[in-house]
Amino acid sequence: MTIRTLRDHGQHYRPRMACLKKVEAFVVEMQDPKSGVKASDQKLNITSIPHVITGQDILAWIVTKMKVTTEEAQAFGTMLVAYGYIYPLQNHRKLVLVADSTLYRFQTPYFWPVQKWPAEDIDYAIYLAKRNIRKKGMLEPYEQEHYNNLHKWMNYKWDFIVMQATEQYKASKERKKPDRVVLDCQERAYWIVHRPPRRTHSGMDYGLDRLIDPNAEENIFLTQALMRSAVKSSVSLTAFVKYVTTHHTHDPLLTNPVPSNPWITDNDEFWQLNMRNVDIPTKLSVERWALSFWELISDQRGRADFKLFLKKEHSGENMAFYEAAEEMRWGAATAIPEKSQFIFNTFLKPGAPRWINIDGRTMGLTVKGLDCPHRYVLDAAQTHIFLLMKKDTFYRYLKSPVYKDMQKKALVPAPHNFTDAQLEANAKNRNPGISPIVLWQQQEAEKAAAAVAARPIDVKAMVATNKLDRK
Amino acid sequence: CVGPIRTASLLSQREHLSLTPEMATQEVQPNETLSNLKAESDTLKTKLEDERAKLHDVELHQVAEKVDGLGQFIMKTRRTLKGHGNKVLCMDWCKDKRRIVSSSQDGKVIVWDAFTTNKEHAVTMPCTWVMACAYAPSGCAVACGGLDNKCSVYPLSLDKNENLAAKKKSVAMHTNYLSACSFTNSDMQILTSSGDGTCALWDVESGQLLQSFHGHAADVLCLDLAPSETGNTFISGGCDKKANVWDMRSGQCIQSFETHESDINSVRYYPSGDAFASGSDDATCRLYDLRADREVAIYSKESIIFGASSVDFSLSGRLLFGGYNDYTINVWDVLKGTRVSILFGHENRVSALRVSPDGTAFCSGSWDHTLRVWA
Repeated sequence: MTIRTLRDHGQHYRPRMACLKKVEAFVVEMQDPKSGVKASDQKLNITSIPHVITGQDILAWIVTKMKVTTEEAQAFGTMLVAYGYIYPLQNHRKLVLVADSTLYRFQTPYFWPVQKWPAEDIDYAIYLAKRNIRKKGMLEPYEQEHYNNLHKWMNYKWDFIVMQATEQYKASKERKKPDRVVLDCQERAYWIVHRPPRRTHSGMDYGLDRLIDPNAEENIFLTQALMRSAVKSSVSLTAFVKYVTTHHTHDPLLTNPVPSNPWITDNDEFWQLNMRNVDIPTKLSVERWALSFWELISDQRGRADFKLFLKKEHSGENMAFYEAAEEMRWGAATAIPEKSQFIFNTFLKPGAPRWINIDGRTMGLTVKGLDCPHRYVLDAAQTHIFLLMKKDTFYRYLKSPVYKDMQKKALVPAPHNFTDAQLEANAKNRNPGISPIVLWQQQEAEKAAAAVAARPIDVKAMVATNKLDRK
Repeated sequence: CVGPIRTASLLSQREHLSLTPEMATQEVQPNETLSNLKAESDTLKTKLEDERAKLHDVELHQVAEKVDGLGQFIMKTRRTLKGHGNKVLCMDWCKDKRRIVSSSQDGKVIVWDAFTTNKEHAVTMPCTWVMACAYAPSGCAVACGGLDNKCSVYPLSLDKNENLAAKKKSVAMHTNYLSACSFTNSDMQILTSSGDGTCALWDVESGQLLQSFHGHAADVLCLDLAPSETGNTFISGGCDKKANVWDMRSGQCIQSFETHESDINSVRYYPSGDAFASGSDDATCRLYDLRADREVAIYSKESIIFGASSVDFSLSGRLLFGGYNDYTINVWDVLKGTRVSILFGHENRVSALRVSPDGTAFCSGSWDHTLRVWA
């Protein structure tokens, strides 16, 4: 059985390395004799190498051509070197662009990382064999290891490989010295890119191979898409702008949070002031609750405040139903029958202790659906209740004394103003905080206690245990 | 420039290798039906484009003209998390705004308290290339998967010495690598996407498949759940250049966008839930409006040639952060379409990027084995 270790660093037919085509166009421009990077002849160990360019010239050219900053040009230049379009002459193993008089050359297009020419192991074996023939012991340790492995795997082809290597070696000896040196450098650079030394990363490494199997069934989908209604751009785009503008002050990366951003000052007071069970919330939080009903109930502190308001209005059953329905929808599959039964008994059946007020049709549909409960059976009722809270209760909440009171009491923490010494001290004493597991356990315990408290009193049971005095 | 000599025999070997796989699997199609379908498809597509164009009365940057420009934007690395022995492939934040889970190519999944940079938990997966990891909403578990084609859930423990692998739960099973996973609103359900071209919704406790989503023609690489109050949809992006919007309840694909020119590596909902952004190998990030059913912005520059691997929005949706394969992070002004800033620091590809739950910072994971928190 033939085992081929084909490490293909350039994909055959996928546009995955689309970036390479753009890079190639760019590199071609760089080599233009008139408008490209200035090249000169350089002496390297007696031989004169033609078309050598310096790192700083490359950088300057990129800055001018792409109209970018030096840093960005540096990053892009390093990419060119990492992918093997430009190779360094002296420190050949370090594939970065150094912006000084370090010498580089353009790689010949034959060796460019194009899509149709994978860097095969057999070519690598021939290359290593050739170097071995030229001078024994010339291979680096990692190359020696590759060589030994290839010798083992490709043993059946080894005669062919040695024959190829010898022919190439003979052919190169017939060339003129400068040509030979140039070719050696190019080939060496190519293999550094495609078979990188230990503990360096290869620019050609693109991660896992991706499959493709284009075979789409589009027409039904397109017909449906045509029937779908869409909104005018002006309407939806204005909505985005509105969202961004209203949330601008709440975005910690745009408006400095008060008292300070914990990641910058190493002081976590900001998080502590915004915890779920804090007594007095911050003014910013309270303002955010007013932006929309969803913002209010997404914030756990806000939701708690809203529930307080509902309790005063004696309409807490809506929120309780919503939460119970959410729990069922996102919960474990095995818990669904039990939860649906509980919800029916508590919220939906006639004379239920926390009966919710929904229209007859929805109630009918829901109760019927509960015969065969599934996780989405309460969707209609849940949406109805949610919309009721969103369109009516929410606005009453915002006008209520509960909310207005909270607005007045809300904290406006003073911004931190740490000295450098204090910042250093903060960095050394970062608060480890409470583990989310502990917080979760606390929350679950609270919920369980609340559930017990909310359960309707069973009169018969109390009589049975003589707790209720019937006099 | 001189090239090496190749003998005739070697050339013929190469020719043999260049036979495309398609030739081996091509079936005989009745030409008429195929061309009819194609013609119908083209007509429908043109019709759809025309309908959408009628509603397209303004461009995003025009509407954004009245908005103030962003001043100079400075962000720095505030934390560097070192500890992975190989490429970091994925990361996710915990809802407590400071803890992070990250996974890497060597099979390690690490839970960090990014604020103190302490490692809190570590798990070694039985496979390499752990490409997906997610933190549970409760903060009590993490999910991860990759080349093992599965998604496993590890409950976390307060006991540092406990072996987390003992309580591991195998939840999802795909027929190819797991590319992304996410918990829904609770610890009890997981949404996964895979190289087998499907997404799936699973019940954690029983491992039961609740719903599967078919429609991508190639590997699905990323997914994101809708943040909105209805919470019933999610988006996915794949190697077929499509970004699909799915209804979790019915399993139907309700919207699809195909404007990218290459694989879509990352999709992320806009904070309001009415739009989403995507990052692709074609070096662009794009914004899609769900209500107007069209692409509304392209974030690209001539100097950005390498693919975007991961994108995320800031809390207000004004900024779009993109991690790219050329080791940089570009920060875009979502409304005006311009680049606000470029961040350097990573020494290899940025493979994962997520903004923290309260928007105070974002974290980037890279193939240089580290994670960085920026603010």
